[in-house]
Amino acid sequence: MAERLGAGRHVLNACADRYHFTVGFAATLVSGRLSLLPSTHTAQVIRQLRAYAPDVVCLTDADDCDIELPRVPYPRTAAASDASPPGTPAVPAASMSVPAIGAAQPAACVFTSGSTGTPVPHRKSFGPLIACVGEEARRLGIADGTSRAIVATVPPQHMYGLESSVLMALATGYALCAERPFYPADIAAVLAAVPRPRILVSTPVHLRALLESGIAVPATDLIVCSTAPLAAPLAADIERRCATRLLEVYGSTETGQIALRRPTEGPEWRLWPGIKLSARGEETWAQGGHIEQPTRLWDVLEVTGAGRFLLHGRVADLVNIAGKRSSLAYLDHQLNSIPGVVDGAFFHVDDPRAAARGVARVAACVVAPQLDTAQVVEELRRRIDPVFLPRPLVFVAQLPRNSTGKLPQEALRSLAAAHLKSA
Amino acid sequence: MSEKVSPLRQPAAPVSAAAFMDEVAGLIVEALNLDVAPADIDPAQPLYGEGLGLDSIDILEIALAVSKRYGVQLRADGEENERIFGSLRQLADYITAHRTK
Repeated sequence: MAERLGAGRHVLNACADRYHFTVGFAATLVSGRLSLLPSTHTAQVIRQLRAYAPDVVCLTDADDCDIELPRVPYPRTAAASDASPPGTPAVPAASMSVPAIGAAQPAACVFTSGSTGTPVPHRKSFGPLIACVGEEARRLGIADGTSRAIVATVPPQHMYGLESSVLMALATGYALCAERPFYPADIAAVLAAVPRPRILVSTPVHLRALLESGIAVPATDLIVCSTAPLAAPLAADIERRCATRLLEVYGSTETGQIALRRPTEGPEWRLWPGIKLSARGEETWAQGGHIEQPTRLWDVLEVTGAGRFLLHGRVADLVNIAGKRSSLAYLDHQLNSIPGVVDGAFFHVDDPRAAARGVARVAACVVAPQLDTAQVVEELRRRIDPVFLPRPLVFVAQLPRNSTGKLPQEALRSLAAAHLKSA
Repeated sequence: MSEKVSPLRQPAAPVSAAAFMDEVAGLIVEALNLDVAPADIDPAQPLYGEGLGLDSIDILEIALAVSKRYGVQLRADGEENERIFGSLRQLADYITAHRTK
């Protein structure tokens, strides 16, 4: 596998199958290469990735991959396709030794959106990644060595999915399910197909759909949830329906996972041992444990005791839609970079129903007399992940900037509401 | 502004394919709180990505609404799933063929 990756040192691992992804990740690691894991694969992000690492190749298991990078197809086994080149002879498991990876070796590079339009890379060393996942296993109560099967609805490319499925399996030796079930019926079927004890790694969006679908969920020994806070009543319903424990983990792309709670026992989060929070003005920073350097958290946290805190939502600028993260500043930058856009700004939508679903969308006002909705949306689609496309996009004559040039979110919401009413 | 969607009739009475497509369009607009009128959804344009511009979170939401109203549990079996969400017409046809209520 590592030989197929060519001369470059960087690999964009786009494999959808979790087993393929894991093999690709491991091959990248043992050959001293670095896995690049951007949260989205829009044309612009790929261009920026090429600028960051000109030698990057794309490892893919899709036949119709449209990522504009030199492609390395995931090798098919001879059994799966007669057309594939003959594989190397199978090596008996007993004769293979597990390679030792240095703790300081960079294993993955994840990206956050930044505010100026250029993604900010965060390099993760192998040692801290594995330390984080080892602690997660202890906190989840699954570090006893009993073999388990891990089923995950989150992509392996996302920090949470990477940690709680791929790295968890590598660190513990537990079985990892290659599928990424999507619909409630898929989740139930994949769970039923693996032996107990089994773990479901998921998100509020998938869990709510699973619950509301009315489908019979096979007994599941542990459910892990992350990406957005889970409402306590929903957590209680899921625990009852699946006769299980539901544990929620808290973390960020920059820090990895740092805290855990069981929502049915209370709203407080407990930090991983060794991790410390500190206030810097309005900001909360985390350090210690597996965190490689002091790191700002983009949520509003209230420390309630030693190693305990409450989560009071994101900081105003941050956008988190179903685990995909961006910032209003970044989205504004992208909107204003479109030829023909005179001015434009994104804002948070007040929609209690959407918020209850864990999917609070963003909207935008734009001044672009020469363009129509379809043109602006098409341009945005090239630049940002589709979950951030504005709903709605409102065309206005002028943005409600105040005397200092600032744009209060409330003024944008009022302006948009007024326009929609009169439309 | 999005139009109010009338409560849809049930249990299923025999309806024409066109009327049923309107019903499914109404279900989509209602489930997603979309800023378009059901009648403005082009029956032939893709629901996913370009076209109506839905993403996977929306698709999950539509699947949930479809399972509740028509008793159809969608599965992500490769090609078929892409076809189902290929357009409003294809989704309506699929529900018609598989509905249990």
